[in-house]
Amino acid sequence: MTLKLGPPGAPLPHYVSDIVFDPAVEPGSQQATGTAEASQLRMMWLKFRRHRLAVVSAVFLAVMYASLLITEFLAPYALDSRDIDAIYAPPQRVHLFDQGRFVGPFVYGQTMELDMVRLQRIYTDDPADVQRLRFFCRGDGYDFWGLVPADLHLVCPAEGGRLSLLGTDRLGRDVFSRILYGARISLTIGLLGTLISFGLGIVIGGIAGYRGGWFDTGMQRMIEVLQSIPSIPLWMTLAAIIPVSWSPILVYVGITVILGMLDWTGQARAVRSKLFALREEDYVLAAELMGARAPRIIGRHLVPGFMSHLIASASLSVPGMILGETALTFLGLGLRPPVTSWGILLTEARGINIIAVYPWLLWPMLPVVLVILAFNFMGDGLRDAADPYR
Amino acid sequence: MLGYILRRILMMIPTLIIISMLVFTIVELPPGDYFESYVQELRALGETADLQEIEQLKARYGFDQPAPVRYVHWVLGMLHGDFGYSFEYRMPVNEVVGDRLWLTMVVSFVTILFTWALAFPIGLYSATRQYSWGDYGLTFLGLMGIAVPHFMMAIIMMYFANIWFGTSIGHLMDLQYLNQPMSWDKFRSILAHLWIPVIIIGTAGTAGMARRLRANLLDELNKPYVTTARAKGLSPTRTTLKYPLRMALNFFISDIGSILPSIISGAEVTAIILSLETTGPMLIKALQSQDMYLAGSFLMYLAFLTVIGVLVSDIALTLLDPRIRLQGRKSR
Repeated sequence: MTLKLGPPGAPLPHYVSDIVFDPAVEPGSQQATGTAEASQLRMMWLKFRRHRLAVVSAVFLAVMYASLLITEFLAPYALDSRDIDAIYAPPQRVHLFDQGRFVGPFVYGQTMELDMVRLQRIYTDDPADVQRLRFFCRGDGYDFWGLVPADLHLVCPAEGGRLSLLGTDRLGRDVFSRILYGARISLTIGLLGTLISFGLGIVIGGIAGYRGGWFDTGMQRMIEVLQSIPSIPLWMTLAAIIPVSWSPILVYVGITVILGMLDWTGQARAVRSKLFALREEDYVLAAELMGARAPRIIGRHLVPGFMSHLIASASLSVPGMILGETALTFLGLGLRPPVTSWGILLTEARGINIIAVYPWLLWPMLPVVLVILAFNFMGDGLRDAADPYR
Repeated sequence: MLGYILRRILMMIPTLIIISMLVFTIVELPPGDYFESYVQELRALGETADLQEIEQLKARYGFDQPAPVRYVHWVLGMLHGDFGYSFEYRMPVNEVVGDRLWLTMVVSFVTILFTWALAFPIGLYSATRQYSWGDYGLTFLGLMGIAVPHFMMAIIMMYFANIWFGTSIGHLMDLQYLNQPMSWDKFRSILAHLWIPVIIIGTAGTAGMARRLRANLLDELNKPYVTTARAKGLSPTRTTLKYPLRMALNFFISDIGSILPSIISGAEVTAIILSLETTGPMLIKALQSQDMYLAGSFLMYLAFLTVIGVLVSDIALTLLDPRIRLQGRKSR
């Protein structure tokens, strides 16, 4: 707003601001920018959006989880298909141009010869053998979701050709397809396990922290007992109880429950110690005086107070479970083939010689690392967003 | 306070009894026992088992008696300092563990020092410069430590340490020093091998700790008392170090409980891959071969340390944070 002044000494013109005066609103305050009317959820969303890495991670995770629904379609090969002519074949590169001529995405066929000195299969690209990829094509048959027979794939090798983007393993199975199928097990195990451990942790820790007294003492003892036994022996025993005769799916459920049951103690302890500090706050007393009961005070007043901490540890807990599955499987206690999880893939890739000779078998590490990073970044963003009034 | 400590120590007794039952169950639960698998193994090798010796051992350790009786025997023995007999190693548990214990402690102490030395500055820096490039970079680096499965990292580091530095693969020392008395050369050889497990085990811990310190510090840094302190003219460094950091440290203290046993047991999976001469692989092997006294007594020992650790951390917590109360609800 500028005002033209007359010559010095002349009387100032009369000025009235045309902005409506509202004594409750200070210029530049939250209300002036419109965030005051926003609901808490909206505030959290606005805050979350500012953490760009977290948004990218959330999108990445959403895509990963969505892909689980159509794994069979995305994977070029079925889970159990193998090519005995391509054992330990290295990854093929996808090319667009063959000798300066545009062909569209294709791979070169590989010829194999045995190196009888090092007892190793040597694969070389055969430039004469151009294998164009096919899209939305008929390939290996599968049962979609185990129910509907189908054979449609997003991408398949050329007729009679082979497509191993990330190489093949010791049985000639396509590593890329197996990673996609493994995601199905590994990603859900983390989520389900965390749900179990979180439910237990919040309820038990919440009651213990708020009530105190005998319930608290009892819970503390139980948590102490569970925590004081190193987790791996507990895993080993619990995993040993799972009968060998169980079907792979039941074993999967069993492992998930084990992971969840052993993880809640830390959560419960954290909730309890936070509640111990928070329950002395005045607003708790106020709520109490107004007649609120314990569940309402815990759920409505106390839990939001340390939500950020809960979310931060939830974000660490999911990847912890995914890693827990890999470690269990590695020790031979977790999932067993023919179930395919990232843990199984990594277990198959252990051994010094793999790194030296067949390094592409280490590819399953990439999704593990990416998913865990994404969960951590998303958790960071959520943590900051959970408390938007800052 | 003294009353509280005394009460807590009294409470430890039922806890330990329950733990001992749980440990006994854990060791007993898998079907079969050591002797069965041992005899089978010998048969598979085409040798005849010395059944008489086995019968003797069985009778001596009461395997013909029902489980509750064996449990009582085991517990009473431990109270006298007799931790039982390792069938696998053919010597008392005490001697089996003793050898490996100090190496494990060396690895773990160095790891914890490494973790703390890195986690404190990283957490502090990340919290005070939230969303800076440094924050992102350090967080990312630390997260890589969490994200890569330990056993894969162990294999990869072992491979490259061998190629680049010529460190022999696996073990905590060069092979010729195994079972040798301590010497300068052995010490040097241990040092040359030590850094691999320390980095592998330490990075994940560092990331976790730095992250929690950052989260807790951020919670504290936004509180009004920090603004007050700043408004009164306290320098930013001094403000952070004097008040919020102290509050954010609660979590470090409640970690003591879990640190104590991990000093003794070490990271099992990493140790198995690197074939370290620590107690972790020994425990796993004992559990797998159902060498029950070795497994049971060692687990009990770890559990005992944890209980002590929790007690220490609880006492430290009440001393350091006046907001935490001991008895039920405050009467109003």
